[in-house]
Amino acid sequence: MSLFKVFDTAGSAMNAQSVRMNVTASNLANAGQVSGDPNQVYRARQPVFTSFNDTLSGQPGGVRLDGVVESQAPLQVLYQPDHPEADADGNVYATNVNTVEEMVNMISASRSYKNNVEMINTTKDLLLQTLSLGR
Amino acid sequence: MDIPAFGQFETALRLRAQRNELLASNIANADTPNYKARDIDFASALSTARGGSLDMQTTSDLHRKAWNTPGGGFETMYRIPQQSSLDGNTVETDVEQAQFAENALQYRAALSFLDGSIRTMRYALKGGD
Repeated sequence: MSLFKVFDTAGSAMNAQSVRMNVTASNLANAGQVSGDPNQVYRARQPVFTSFNDTLSGQPGGVRLDGVVESQAPLQVLYQPDHPEADADGNVYATNVNTVEEMVNMISASRSYKNNVEMINTTKDLLLQTLSLGR
Repeated sequence: MDIPAFGQFETALRLRAQRNELLASNIANADTPNYKARDIDFASALSTARGGSLDMQTTSDLHRKAWNTPGGGFETMYRIPQQSSLDGNTVETDVEQAQFAENALQYRAALSFLDGSIRTMRYALKGGD
């Protein structure tokens, strides 16, 4: 019965979206980080989604998380000679997390998550009605 | 005995379930780059299914019929987005949600028609009791 597959599809999407929320949370938590060593600074992370096809029918399936990539955006260089972590030139490096972008990401992820929950509820309803057919 | 009234609703129900699955994939992949939204033309899929061309060619009665082939018998088509997005994704969540709701409603309708025919038949079998 193909209605059952909706649970897998929506479940995989919910999993992907919750990873996205998690990554966003860790980006926001590290938004204010500065360091004297550019290699030590936290860089914004983003999850990469791909879709996978159902192996049997070749129909589109759910979402797979391909990995989490670090943003290559340039770090902010701040001239703060009296900062305890400043390097020899008096510079500190701030993380490249864009707070506004992350907030938007968070809203988008939570919307998508809710959509999938609704989809599961509707499909569950349909299945329950089908089960009580002819009673 | 062949009950044609059942067959029609059964076909509609099965196609609705398959379309539900397809639309679910679209909504699930709303944030996946390069994902192309797909849908079926329900009317043509239903007429194909009714016309019997859904069946595979068989040379013996013992051969398996294709009635439950997943995705078989109809073509999935790519949806043309009204506003294309930069990452190559063609899912428009509101369109997909509307289609999903419509499909769920039609599924319920087919279900209640089927339920009605079953009730009628039981009524007849019990002699109007």
